[in-house]
Parts: sequence; structure tokens; C-alpha cells
Amino acid sequence: MAYKHYVLVCGGTGCESSKADDIFNNLKAEVANAGLENDVQVVKTGCFGFCEKGPIVKVLPEDAFYVEVKPEDAEEIVKETLVKGRIVKRLAYADESGKTSAIPEEIGFYQKQMRIVLRNCGLIDPEKIDEYIARDGYAALEKVLFEMTPDEVIEEMKISGLRGRGGAGFPTWMKWNFTKQVESDVKYIVCNADEGDPGAYMDRSTLEGDPHSILEAMAIAGYAVGAQQGFIYIRAEYPLAIKRLEIAMAQAREYGLLGQNILGSNFSFDIEIRLGAGAFVCGEETALLASIEGKRGMPTPKPPFPAVCGLWKKPTVINNVETWANVPVIITKGGKWFASIGTEKSSGTKVFALTGKIKNSGLVEVPMGTTLREIVYDIGGGIKGGKAFKAVQTGGPSGGVITAKMIDTPIDFDNLIAAGSMMGSGGMIVMDEDDCIIDVAKFYQEFCVEESCGKCSPCRIGTRKLYDILTKISEGKGTMQDLDQLKEIGEAMKRAALCGLGQTAPNPVLSSLHYFYDEYLEHIQDKKCRAGKCKKLITYTINDNCRGCTLCARKCPVNCISGEVRQKHTIDATKCIKCGECMKNCKFDAIEKK
Amino acid sequence: MPTDQKTETVFSKELENFIAEWKEKPGNLIMILHKVQSEFGYISRSAAMKVAEMLDIPLAKIYGVITFYHFFKLNKPGKNVIQVCMGTACYLKGGQAILDETAKHLNIPVKGVTDDGLFSLESVRCVGCCGLAPVVVIGDEVFGKVLPEQMPEILANFSE
Repeated sequence: MAYKHYVLVCGGTGCESSKADDIFNNLKAEVANAGLENDVQVVKTGCFGFCEKGPIVKVLPEDAFYVEVKPEDAEEIVKETLVKGRIVKRLAYADESGKTSAIPEEIGFYQKQMRIVLRNCGLIDPEKIDEYIARDGYAALEKVLFEMTPDEVIEEMKISGLRGRGGAGFPTWMKWNFTKQVESDVKYIVCNADEGDPGAYMDRSTLEGDPHSILEAMAIAGYAVGAQQGFIYIRAEYPLAIKRLEIAMAQAREYGLLGQNILGSNFSFDIEIRLGAGAFVCGEETALLASIEGKRGMPTPKPPFPAVCGLWKKPTVINNVETWANVPVIITKGGKWFASIGTEKSSGTKVFALTGKIKNSGLVEVPMGTTLREIVYDIGGGIKGGKAFKAVQTGGPSGGVITAKMIDTPIDFDNLIAAGSMMGSGGMIVMDEDDCIIDVAKFYQEFCVEESCGKCSPCRIGTRKLYDILTKISEGKGTMQDLDQLKEIGEAMKRAALCGLGQTAPNPVLSSLHYFYDEYLEHIQDKKCRAGKCKKLITYTINDNCRGCTLCARKCPVNCISGEVRQKHTIDATKCIKCGECMKNCKFDAIEKK
Repeated sequence: MPTDQKTETVFSKELENFIAEWKEKPGNLIMILHKVQSEFGYISRSAAMKVAEMLDIPLAKIYGVITFYHFFKLNKPGKNVIQVCMGTACYLKGGQAILDETAKHLNIPVKGVTDDGLFSLESVRCVGCCGLAPVVVIGDEVFGKVLPEQMPEILANFSE
């Protein structure tokens, strides 16, 4: 049955937590009130990506795009847009100049994007398999089962040039081919959905918005390499994604798209979910497999590679969520088509989680080779609050910074590595002039100290040493020798650590040291933190604006401010704990921070 | 910390069935521990001992796993668990100040529980709502774009 209108409500975690559920229910009630149940379908979809302006509601076929919708807006949307065919201007997106855009094509955030991985996110109801099928879902699985040999599938993947989106960028077809070539009665397919990089959430959004695409892709790989069992290893912290995967798996089994003799063919394949339990190291392949086996998630040396000797010592293909999401499209549209997108050595698109000090934070998908400038300024709308751009951290705790100088570099796997960073899972954290590069490096190092599994000493001791030195520098106690030590320890870790976590853990330190050497020098030689983030290096003073109102002296938790009423006060710097309470409370702008 | 030994060795029928169903499956331990934690809110020593007995594996193996993964809790959390996100986006936007303010307001350290058992405080790594940074999660409810000074008011709603 076709409806006249479709109202799409974002049901991603970000929007759900901003009352998208109430909006959905109110819209349904208002549609019923207006007697439009037979003409209008209200759908809860996956993430639209524009999280900054959520919750988002879109009305089709008008393509009306409403941002920051509240539950009480439901009535107006139904009465105006659905009944009278008018746009509710108040809810349309307005850019800085005040120009409103009621359709997504006009919004800067969407203009340079190209959606392959997120093709169904924000468009279909992820809890209904029919909607996925209506968008060519499972056509790729049907095609491989009845029209292609396993070798042809791998050849198509080779032509596409798809590289692993989990971070390292290893060619996907090669992993599949290794596993295919090994003789074994049992083989496994694994989906890595243990998205542990703080500040990245593209995998979660893909699973929540389009779970069937992952199931279909895993079945295709199962056919190509000769595996009958798949596992999805997913963070327990993503309950909505787990729920939607469970629904999708049950529906796929019911339709004969998972289980015995898929679509009547000789091929059988099924998938189970295994929960992670909050260990960043489990994103590393061998640690992840140990965790699926129910053990402590500690990595083992490679080789042997999992493709040859993986889960329970059987050949295992492991790909990350975003990699899987590309597979069905490559099969239906062809590897050649996919290879035509992006750059020569990095084909296709990449999803980035654009966050930090940026105006439009959200999920963006762009062709590989898009420059950082396009992402930060054209899509992201630039820096919040008119501050100056400082750097972007890519690759999270394993990556590094990209500075203003490199803002026009086309982003792909190889250019990022050449710049001393890495693609990682796709987190992109924008920093402005108020962020201290040493503070950020320290933040990532603290993360690595906590997440190091402790098995090998370069990582266990190295992360701790780096953290201690950074702390020393941030407290104004650093020496020039410390900078040499940071480099020496970092380089040793890169060479000697057992797994990817330890080998990349020094990256944020080494890259910030390389690009922001002068800031390290300032901290060490001038005892100064220009961003005012390193507490031990800032001093609060009172200037002549002071009227002697005594408010700061009363608010100071350590009683270090003194002075007579109606006289200028002074701060005793030796006692000050730099909590900033005085500055926060002063009504006369009399407190200065240096 | 006092624990009610008696109730935590009594598993619900559902939990017992789950363990029976998974008992023979390879790699079952983490899945079973998740189920135990979702029933009690944490994994007590007595519950861990019972699982060891039911699966016929050493208690040390269970503790090896529980202490390795951040998600598993060894101590009973408060009625309302406050999770302050300390992912990168939230950190840059002031997550630390929210954590400090909440700890000060409740007069407990991070990972602590209030005396009345009403709240416990944790810092977590990225809840995946970076567009809403800085984020605080209390129970199932997510609060976005939080300012430190809003915390007392937010917490007051959970104080019954």
C-alpha cells in the first residue's frame, strides 16, 4: 500500500535521547486526529547525520526538513505540512545569515556528502526487512548465490579496491582470499562492531539505521570464502544497535535469508551476536577473537594471521562495520563503479564523526580525497564562536593531528599516514585556540594507559612513561631532555609493541610534538600555556576594575583573596588552587587569567 | 561493603535457563556474566562462585575476565548510576568540570556510591552521542549539552 506522505523521524541514539520517541508518538496521534492514517505513514528511521540540530523530522515527498523538533511541534507539522502542504518555517534549518532552507539539498552540511555506507540511514525503518528489500536489499546476496562463483565475488572485491575501514586500510579482497585458500572444514566470518575510539560513532549509527546491510554482507563473504557461521562482536554499551540487530536477524531467518539453504540454494549461513565488555584493545583482531572465545581480550603475535588461523584456530575473516556496509553495493553496482569514486589508492567514501569545536557536528560521508577544508568549513560550517582553527585529530588515540597548514591535503589512507596520523575508524575532533595540544596528548595517553592490556612491556610501561612526562610538562616542571625522551620512548613503542594499540599509542604525542613543538617549548621554557588549560601554569590576578565588592573573597574555597571593602582585592598566588570560582562570579571583569 | 549473600546466590529462573542453554557453547563466559550483571547490577563474589560451580570452571578464570573488562562491576552500584562521558568530544567541551561538580555535589569520589545508595558516579568512554557533547547518562536517560551548574537540578529529579 502506498501512502501519500511519509514522515521520517530520526531514531538514532542522539536524537532518541532528545525525545524523538515522544515526537514519533505525538506525530502518530496527530495524524490519527486529523483522520490521515490511511494517507500518512510515520516512520522511525536511523540517523540523518546532522546530530548538531537533532531531533530531525523529514516529510516526503515534500522533502521538508525540520530541525530541533520538540514533541509539541507535532501538531503544527501535521496541520501545516500534511494538511495544507505548507512548510513550517520556524522549524526549517537557518544558516548564519538567517537564510532558511527547508530541503536538505540546500543545506551546506549535505551538499558535499555522498552516501554509500549510510545510504539507507534516515530513509528506511531499520526494524522492517521489507523496507530494506524495497531499496534493493538482499539483491546482492541473490546475485552472488545464483550468478557468481566465489572466485568471481573476490575478483569483484579486488576490482573495487575496497580497503578496511577499521583503520589500517588493508585490502578487503586479500583478507577474503587468504581465508578462501585455506583448506578447513570450518571457517568463520566476524564483524568488528567494538567501536571503542572515543569520539567516533559511525558504526553505531550504521547498525542502528541499516542492520540488514551488515547481515547481507557477512553472508556474501561466507559464500565467497566457504564459511557457514558468522559472529557480530558488538559493544554492550550500544543497546539500541543490539536490539535492532536481533530484530533484523530474526526477520532474515523468517524470510530464508539466513539459516539453512538460503533462498533455496545449497548455501547455509547464520550469525550470532557476542557482546564486548568495554575494552579498547578488543578492536585489535587477535584480542577480539580471544574475547569472542570468552577470555581476557589480550592480543597474540601475528603471524599467524586470523585469516589463516583465527577464531578457535579456524580461518576467520574479520571486517569492521563500515567495511561490511560497502559490500552489498559493490556487488549490485559493480567493483568498477566503486573504484571510480574517491582516489586511486583509496576508493569509495569514508564516514567521519565530526565533533569538537565545530558548528555542525554530526556524521558525514564524503568521497575519499575530499580535503579537510571542505569537511571543516563547507560541511561543518567552521569553528564555533568565531574562534581560530587549531588542528583536527584523526584516528583517535592511535592517530595524530592535522594542522592548518595541511588543511588542503586530500584525505585518504596514505596521505594521513604520511602526515603522521592515520584514518583510524573515522573520528575527527576539531580543536580551536582554547585547546592545549599538550592537554589533548595527555588525555589520549591517559586513555592508552588505562586501555593497555599489560601483556607486553613496551606498551604497558611506555604509555605510563609518556603520560608521566606529559604530566610533568603540563605542570611546568618539564626539561628539554624530556622532549628527547618522549621521542625515544615513542619510537621504541612503535617498533617493539605487540599489537596495534601499543604501536600506535605514541602517535598523538609524536605528531603533536612534531607540529606544535613551539607549544611544548613554551610550557617548558616560559612556563606558559597559551590556551590556559594547564592549571599549574596559569595565574589569576585582580585588575583595577575591582570595586571591592568582596564577592570573590567569599566564593574562594581556600580563602586566598583578601582586601578591604570597596578597596581593590588581591589573590595570594601561593595558596590559589586555580579553580576559577572568582572569575566565574566577578561582575566587573576584574579577574584576569594568564 | 555489605552484600546480601543470600539473594545473590538465588538466580532467577530466566538466568538459570540462560546458563543451561549456554553451558555447552564455546566462548560462553562473557555472555553469561553479562546476564548475571543485568540481573543484579554487578557481579558479587557469591554470584561469581555460583557461576564457577555451574560451569565447572575455576573462580580465578571468572575473576580474570571480570577484572579485565571495564563493563563488569565488582561492587553494588547506586540506584541511579550517573555516567559522565569523557570521550574526546565531551572532554574538550568540559566533561571534566561536570565530573568534578557532580562529585563535589554528591560528596563522593568517581566510582563511589552515596551513603543512601541513591547515586553512584562513573566516568565513561564515549556513549556515541558526540553531537550532544558534553553528555551525562543517568539510568537510561541521556542529557546533552550539559553545563556543570545544571547538575544539582538534574540530580534533584532522581532524588525520590
